[in-house]
Amino acid sequence: MQLQQMYQEIILDHYKNPHGRGLRDPYDAESFQVNPTCGDEVTLRVHVVDDVVQDVSYDGQGCSISQASTSVLTDLVVGKPVGEAFKKMDAFVELMQGRGQVEPDEDVLEDGIAFAGVAKYPARVKCALLGWMAFKDAVARSQGAA
Amino acid sequence: MTTTAAPLDVTALRADFPILSRTVRDGKRLVYLDSGATSQRPTQVLEAEKAFLEQHNAAVHRGAHQLAEEATDAYEGARQRIADFVGADFGELVFTKNATEGFNLVAYAMGNAATSGPEAARFVLNPGDEIVVTEMEHHANLVPWQQVAQRTGAVLKWFKLTQDGRLDLSDVDSVITPRTKVVAFTHQSNVTGVINPVDVLVAAARKVGALTVLDACQSVPHGPVDFHELGVDFASFSGHKMLGPSGIGVLYGRRELLEALPPFITGGSMIELVKMEGSTFAPPPQRFEAGSPMTSQAVGLGAAVDYLSVVGMERIHAHEHALTVAALEGLSGIKGVRLIGPSDAVNRGGAVPFEIEGVHPHDAGQVLDSLGIAVRVGHHCAWPLHRCLNAQSSVRATFYLYNTMDEVDALVDGVREAQKFFGVA
Repeated sequence: MQLQQMYQEIILDHYKNPHGRGLRDPYDAESFQVNPTCGDEVTLRVHVVDDVVQDVSYDGQGCSISQASTSVLTDLVVGKPVGEAFKKMDAFVELMQGRGQVEPDEDVLEDGIAFAGVAKYPARVKCALLGWMAFKDAVARSQGAA
Repeated sequence: MTTTAAPLDVTALRADFPILSRTVRDGKRLVYLDSGATSQRPTQVLEAEKAFLEQHNAAVHRGAHQLAEEATDAYEGARQRIADFVGADFGELVFTKNATEGFNLVAYAMGNAATSGPEAARFVLNPGDEIVVTEMEHHANLVPWQQVAQRTGAVLKWFKLTQDGRLDLSDVDSVITPRTKVVAFTHQSNVTGVINPVDVLVAAARKVGALTVLDACQSVPHGPVDFHELGVDFASFSGHKMLGPSGIGVLYGRRELLEALPPFITGGSMIELVKMEGSTFAPPPQRFEAGSPMTSQAVGLGAAVDYLSVVGMERIHAHEHALTVAALEGLSGIKGVRLIGPSDAVNRGGAVPFEIEGVHPHDAGQVLDSLGIAVRVGHHCAWPLHRCLNAQSSVRATFYLYNTMDEVDALVDGVREAQKFFGVA
């Protein structure tokens, strides 16, 4: 059934038990992003020390896809240099915008590969990218402030 | 509304709508419960558009050749039939791109009134003048008023909602005051289906000399509407929500108002005399139809009102009412489902919004989609309404003449399926 392909167990696990959720101090920059078609929102903070992502914390309201992808994001980028985090982001964006034609690399995206099925549903791609757009914006702000 | 008319023969009607017999998502029967967003078109409308394009296509109101004559007749003939359908005179209907453009037309024209001739004085918005809207408006009848208030210094005020999502009119006289210039409100909420008491608001507006602007997008397609009888000054509705094409909407304006209203979009077709130093403008409705207008869309909308008239608007309203009652009953019987807006079908059209505890509307919509059921999820361009009713977003099912009781049952079963899938049942 298509539904199971989209809502992989990994996604539902992250949705029900999100990693890194909650807004924390210290942080260098914060980004608020909203999906104007459905009203889903996320507020996300980054703490970057010596060009390494020390912490990502977030809060928001949204569907399972947006919440789970933000949870996966924290697993992928916390502890990584900003450059590597952005490479993962680029790979995730490429996967999501690939209409199901992009083969994800598990070494790069880990649990993120579970979102391959979501990429077949264009209406849900924005959901999956909401947290990532907040991350990109927050890092840019933190670098602008530095 | 009560009606003694015979019930609709929905099976026969459905045969007119080719799209309703297709399947979606791996062979699932399509259950289309999203007509509030856009309706499907019957063969009669599709054929009318095709026949126009194959036989009569030309630019209207230009050229003296035979096709130009025929195209103009088809275009203006459609205007006449649509006017008859909504209780208006021929010259009181302006074709727009969509209903949103209609609201913007009125708002921008009022914003232009201060720099127009003395005949436009009644439309001028001065700093401190008041514009009244409601919390249940679609963004289309809200944002243009926020914007014109910002440009002119007018003050935006609004009616609040009761807890069950109806207009709170307990303070009519403090919201509509002698400073009020415009009262803009929806006839029927696009989210909850709530039908507002137009008579009360028109009376209050008239008492203070304010203009009324009605959002008729959800009323004109679904029941008998007569603008003259309602007594509103302006009204806007869209073609694609009433079995017609997209790319066409209609603005109604009382004749004497349209005659005095300055233009919004300017250019070709809407002029009387053009000199390098300046121009004068055509009488309405041409004054408000600048540039090459849509043609096959107008013809298609004319065919749509013909179709609706034959079926009968009272019967359509009664049919949707029965579906709404059944949907409210079915959904309220499911533990964990919260209906948004009124829990009854009194003074209400065919829209049923709800939330499922533990299942985000987007996820619920995805499960329904996997079963072939098309609903709307999100805030449906009515964000303030959702905020008022303590919902971040909602799932909305909307009904039309071609929907069946079986489809209501499919919706109710689908909601149970969504609960099961997300482990909240």
